[in-house]
Amino acid sequence: MLKNTENESKTGRPRSACFLRGLRDGVPIAMGYLAVAFTLGITAANIDMTAVQSFLMSLGMVASAGEYAAIILIGSAAGVTEMIATTLIINLRYFLMSCSLSQKLSPDEPMWKRCLLAYCVTDELFGISSAVPGYLEPVYTYGAAVVSVAGWCLGTVLGVVAGDILPVRLASAMNVALYGMFLAIIIPPAKKSSFMAGLVVISMAASYVFTVIPVISDISEGFRIIILTVIIAGAAAFIRPAEEA
Amino acid sequence: MGKNTYTALLIMTLTIYAIRVIPFVIFRREIKNKWVRSFLYYVPYVTLAVMTFPAILNATSSVWSGTLALAVGITVALIRGDLFTVAISACIAVFLLELFLVV
Repeated sequence: MLKNTENESKTGRPRSACFLRGLRDGVPIAMGYLAVAFTLGITAANIDMTAVQSFLMSLGMVASAGEYAAIILIGSAAGVTEMIATTLIINLRYFLMSCSLSQKLSPDEPMWKRCLLAYCVTDELFGISSAVPGYLEPVYTYGAAVVSVAGWCLGTVLGVVAGDILPVRLASAMNVALYGMFLAIIIPPAKKSSFMAGLVVISMAASYVFTVIPVISDISEGFRIIILTVIIAGAAAFIRPAEEA
Repeated sequence: MGKNTYTALLIMTLTIYAIRVIPFVIFRREIKNKWVRSFLYYVPYVTLAVMTFPAILNATSSVWSGTLALAVGITVALIRGDLFTVAISACIAVFLLELFLVV
């Protein structure tokens, strides 16, 4: 699969090859997005958003929880302050992801490429972009984004116009595509290093604990991700400074 | 609805993009601090692990098919860590199991 090295971003492998591989790796993401966005579209239709509005929302925001919140806010005719505050809080994890991804780029990458890459920061695109060894060639992420955002937008529109077109059975199965990809990213490093394996196990265990303990389980998913990431990745960096970093 | 919806969408789209782009603008150069670099290196693994579990258990129609998806996903990732293969295997496992589980 991802066999690229640092030579590819500045020298060596042509960018077109990176773009094509991005398109390919975007396919499973698009599948998962299609299913998730479909349910999102159904929700949007419930508050009488049109197909065009839902399409623009998905194209502009590209965020599942973020868009659910957006639909609720629009549906309840929320004020501007509330819209901005809610959007900031729910999507704060992207800030952390962008910080991480900014360090995956060669210092020579121009600003416009960084700004375009920022648009592509979703859980899944961030995941596959982080998994690239060495510097990230932004064109790889763009390729994956083209395919997956198309799936995301298509799914949303289909959900609005034909809420009952996708059999529940199929939607249920497609939902795990995204988690399957996350596993494909975190398990191979865990296989190579016992420290990484421990990191993954501890992260999952802590995440589970956070969902069952009273009061703490009231913390929203977005905040749970941020809190645990800061604590666990912070501790890991303290215990074992990464050689690859 | 109508015009208000478009204004709302524009506001929220700009807000979410700001969250994503600000770190790229701030951290244009490589960060030298070893701890920060290590922290950012570990971020994706912790984040993805936290997002996957326990959410995968509730992503499908039944907790059993979710558990199977987790088991199949880990197994296939251990054998061959290809994104597409792992994702498809998990999907197929869920689909097949739910043929029996969900009436």
